[in-house]
Amino acid sequence: MESIEILGNKDTRSGFGEGLAELGAENENVVALCADLTGSLKMNAFQNAFPDRFFQVGIAEANMMGMAAGMTIGGKIPFTGTFANFSTGRVYDQIRQSIAYSQKNVKICASHAGLTLGEDGATHQILEDIGMMRMLPNITVIVPADFNQTKQATKAIADHEGAVYLRFGRPVMPIFIKPHAVFQIGKADIIQAGTDVTIIACGHMVWKSIEAAQLLAAEGISVELINMHTIKPLDEEAILRSVAKTKCVVTAEEHMANGGLGEAVARVLASNTPCPQEFIAVNDSFGESGKPMDLMEKYGLGASHIHAAARKVIQRKS
Amino acid sequence: MNKEDLKAVSSQVRRDIVRMVSAVKSGHPGGSLGCADFLTYLYFEAMNENSSNFTMDALNEDVFFLSNGHISPVWYSVLARKGYFPVPELVTFRKISSRLQGHPSTDKHLEGIRMASGSLGQGLSVAIGTAQTKKLNKDSSIVYTLHGDGELQEGQIWEAAMYAAANKVDNLIATIDFNGRQIDGDVDDVLSLGSLSEKWQAFGWDVLEMDGHNFENIHSTVTEAREKMGHGKPVVIIMKTEMGMGVDFMMGTHKWHGVAPNEEQLSDALSQLEETLGDY
Repeated sequence: MESIEILGNKDTRSGFGEGLAELGAENENVVALCADLTGSLKMNAFQNAFPDRFFQVGIAEANMMGMAAGMTIGGKIPFTGTFANFSTGRVYDQIRQSIAYSQKNVKICASHAGLTLGEDGATHQILEDIGMMRMLPNITVIVPADFNQTKQATKAIADHEGAVYLRFGRPVMPIFIKPHAVFQIGKADIIQAGTDVTIIACGHMVWKSIEAAQLLAAEGISVELINMHTIKPLDEEAILRSVAKTKCVVTAEEHMANGGLGEAVARVLASNTPCPQEFIAVNDSFGESGKPMDLMEKYGLGASHIHAAARKVIQRKS
Repeated sequence: MNKEDLKAVSSQVRRDIVRMVSAVKSGHPGGSLGCADFLTYLYFEAMNENSSNFTMDALNEDVFFLSNGHISPVWYSVLARKGYFPVPELVTFRKISSRLQGHPSTDKHLEGIRMASGSLGQGLSVAIGTAQTKKLNKDSSIVYTLHGDGELQEGQIWEAAMYAAANKVDNLIATIDFNGRQIDGDVDDVLSLGSLSEKWQAFGWDVLEMDGHNFENIHSTVTEAREKMGHGKPVVIIMKTEMGMGVDFMMGTHKWHGVAPNEEQLSDALSQLEETLGDY
């Protein structure tokens, strides 16, 4: 585990804010829309530097999604910003018809995803967004792992023609992706190579998986850890290459088990090389108020849970 | 184009509409017939558009969005008659593998369509977005949208209405097809809109009213709306129409909102509509 170095601690939403501001300077076609959450989304830097290209739409997310779709006609690259709940569930039909079906180059940027939104509780803690977005044709779904990767992904999606759902969050978490790493949409990061078990994680769960891998290493278990930052299109080759060695998988996501990363991986395995899989995800339940990391523990998303799942899945191999 | 020429086009468009929906025994003739005069005027007289070289980005061109996508037959007919795509392609309407989907779509690359519509209430937001992009691009063209009156029951319309006025989106002309009818009956019975004119005024729009079947009135009203562009307010035209206009048995009722005529009804309808430009 020596190669994994903590480079600092920041929230992924701040990576989005920094990336967006840099994009504003680099690409005059980038425009940003926000539904009354400019501070929460860290969009102030863009707003201050490029006021003519920043559109405050008020608390009206449906209108924001439609406007973003319309703004692509004439060559703009709109980035919408609001909480993940209001970026997906509230506006599913607007995304479906005006963005996905209409093949519009809109970047849907969603913060405060999952349980780690914390104290605001279940009304705001969406756990279904990855599922909803990956079901739609014509949308790329990206869940970056830390601050640096969120910034890299924010910049990368501007150069990608097509709709993107970019999911990030609120809590301050360790930074472990190098600041100048190249982010490639659809190509998984192998955080570390291993032989006994594959752990495939996304978002904040990558760090939790690093912690779990350290516990497992101390027990002599060799973990191959994959940061699956792009959920769609899924890097099937990386999955199959890894399970060819390890013969078992744990998936870990801050999302409902239904429709998430784990099910996407399971489909790849079932269609190619069936093998045991354990799912670290929320099990058909809403969240609740609480401190982010307390909630992660209560809902089974802690490093200890990944550790236990890895030991269990290794047992199931035999 | 003079009034008589416009009438000739809209008569042919009405023939196209009833023939298209009759051929597949599905589609929405009522609202399509009601908007035939307006869309004919828009494409053949008002808009600065380029039917021979369609581009998605519409740089320095006026743009039209059909928010009430179910009246696709009238839009397809007008687009074809204007030269966006071959008129004979109208025969494929709603058939498998056609570019003329039941509701307009972009995925099959039909010239003239820039946004899918059908799920109601989304087109005004889309139009505002394109209007804002035109401003950023220093493009002084106009964005037009058409909405059903029943469609105004969708909340997103009013989010968009609030935004456009508050942000002085003054390169936008929205038109409401005010025929007073929707699938389940009269709009007043299903969910009354109250005073439409006062609603739009209260939302900060310049409101014009016109008779959607009188080309002189359409011309003067749309011209007035265009003259209002660039003066700090979006413009809405409340257009009084008759659902089913031009076919007597389809008028005065909501029953032909989404029902196709059978063969006998088709010949009755066609006998009332002059063939001016040649049937496809």
